[in-house]
Amino acid sequence: MVIYLDNANTTKPDPEVIKVMLEYLKEKYGTPGGEFGHIFDEDAREAIEEAREKIAKEINASPDEIIFVSDETEADNLAIKGIAWAKEKGKVLASKIERKAILNTVKRLRDWGFDTYEVSVDKEGFINLEDLQSNLKGAILFATHLGNFEIGTIQDIKAISEIVHDKGALLYLDANHAFGKVKIDVKKLDVDLMSITAHLIHGPKGIAALYIRDGVKLKPLLDGDVRERGIRPGMINVPAIAGFGKAVELINYDDAKRMAKLRDKLIDLLLSIPNTKLNGPRGDKRLPNNVNVSFGHVEGESILLHCDLRGLVFSTGSACYSQELLPSHVIRALGGSFEDAHGSVRLSLSKWTTEEEIVKAYEIIKDVVEKLREISIYGGKR
Amino acid sequence: MERFDARKWDEKKRIGYSRKVLYYFLHPKNVGEIENPSVTAKAGSPACGDMIKLYLKIENDKIVDAKFRSYGCAANIATASVLTEMIKGKTVEEAKKIKFKDIVEELGGLPQIKYHCAVLAAEGLKQALAKWDVIQGRREIDESFVKLILAAVIDPITGESVLRGNKYKGCKIEGRKVKIMLNIPKDSPEAEVFEEQIREAFEGLDVDLEIEFAES
Repeated sequence: MVIYLDNANTTKPDPEVIKVMLEYLKEKYGTPGGEFGHIFDEDAREAIEEAREKIAKEINASPDEIIFVSDETEADNLAIKGIAWAKEKGKVLASKIERKAILNTVKRLRDWGFDTYEVSVDKEGFINLEDLQSNLKGAILFATHLGNFEIGTIQDIKAISEIVHDKGALLYLDANHAFGKVKIDVKKLDVDLMSITAHLIHGPKGIAALYIRDGVKLKPLLDGDVRERGIRPGMINVPAIAGFGKAVELINYDDAKRMAKLRDKLIDLLLSIPNTKLNGPRGDKRLPNNVNVSFGHVEGESILLHCDLRGLVFSTGSACYSQELLPSHVIRALGGSFEDAHGSVRLSLSKWTTEEEIVKAYEIIKDVVEKLREISIYGGKR
Repeated sequence: MERFDARKWDEKKRIGYSRKVLYYFLHPKNVGEIENPSVTAKAGSPACGDMIKLYLKIENDKIVDAKFRSYGCAANIATASVLTEMIKGKTVEEAKKIKFKDIVEELGGLPQIKYHCAVLAAEGLKQALAKWDVIQGRREIDESFVKLILAAVIDPITGESVLRGNKYKGCKIEGRKVKIMLNIPKDSPEAEVFEEQIREAFEGLDVDLEIEFAES
């Protein structure tokens, strides 16, 4: 059996999710149509509206505030470009440690004449609130995350939204990695837009939701019909939406508590390997399923490949593993060296991860790191 | 033990590492250092995430032993290891003919994105053999030699060679005295890194090295 610790990349769909989806693939294969649809259309409409209600309830929003999109990248693009186009000009900010989809969307806006700014973070990945505050002049939007995809840092969104709103800007929150693990209330967090995706909570790939607070205006990326209120026209992915709804229904915050315990155990075990450091904070300010450490003197892709061949999978911030051959921008933004980035690995747990797997994963990694350090140019230093 | 069986390896999978790359990665040959090496060379940097150090023992102009240490990905380890295998038993002149493509070929191919690992290994070898010629008195230390050595000295920030981007100002050579002048402020944090790397690159050569940084 392979030990799968790459759940921040994607998760295994829950069998119950697959069961629901099959129904909408095999029998109820309609799509919501006009005002008076036929029986197939109506079954489909019922399914997506039921899912929309479940999702809205989970984050304390109204169903009208939920738009289905294909994934988190589309949600990022729709939220950021949609707001920018609606406002026509102004400044768009993001933190330095966002996912590439957010950073590159903001870069695109800069090419198109918008002012942009990347807000710095401290060494644990917390957004520098002073840097944010002092760069909000003329701002229309700040795009950031609730829980960091790579190092698990959970941001103080209440403080951030207060600062952002005080300057009259909107806040877009990428909650994809926190959703289902951290209880989210859009009213309490006071966010204007927020994205959550299905595939990180044991739902299907190819579906995500964008929360748009009632009254917030944005322009669509695609022009088409009036489906999803014209904000996201196009074919409705009914089976995926039904699966998403089921995945949300299956969220259980006791799983998060259990994951947090295993996370802490894995962190402690990995830090017992000499010359290893933790990236991101400890405790409640860290996503319950995220572990990220840097091993000195060794490179991530080598660690990954060795572990993969021994039945353990996860991911790395090493340049060698990326198609662009660039080391992790997150680790670098924390002030980490190139070596810290190349030697960083992210292990992400799921509700199904067991203590036995955690211990086994540690044993494999320890052995691999020791083996690679014997080859290392740093003279086999431990 | 590895649960993995190399015979069942699907070469199309995992960014296309060949069976031989994987073999050398999992069971690298000639890892380590040689005591009293005839010559050493280092190429790459932690910035780009790939670095190798070669140790050669040369007797009667024949490479009798070769070892390596590496910091980097699977392709980096495999290329360095297979190179040491390729050059053992060869004369210095024969080894000089090895190009990066020969290393790629020896490994049964490399994914395009990993070619730079083979380039790094070939550069390391080229540098080691040039240093050997200097040690043997067959080659003068001139600017072209200095540049050959500096090509492997990497800026930790950009990951580029010190020769690129106007950082290299020139050098003065008088007998065994080598003075390298760089357009890098002497108080800057990278000055120290460059100095350390350059001194290491000249390791084993009987030169009196001076590195001059720009006034800040």
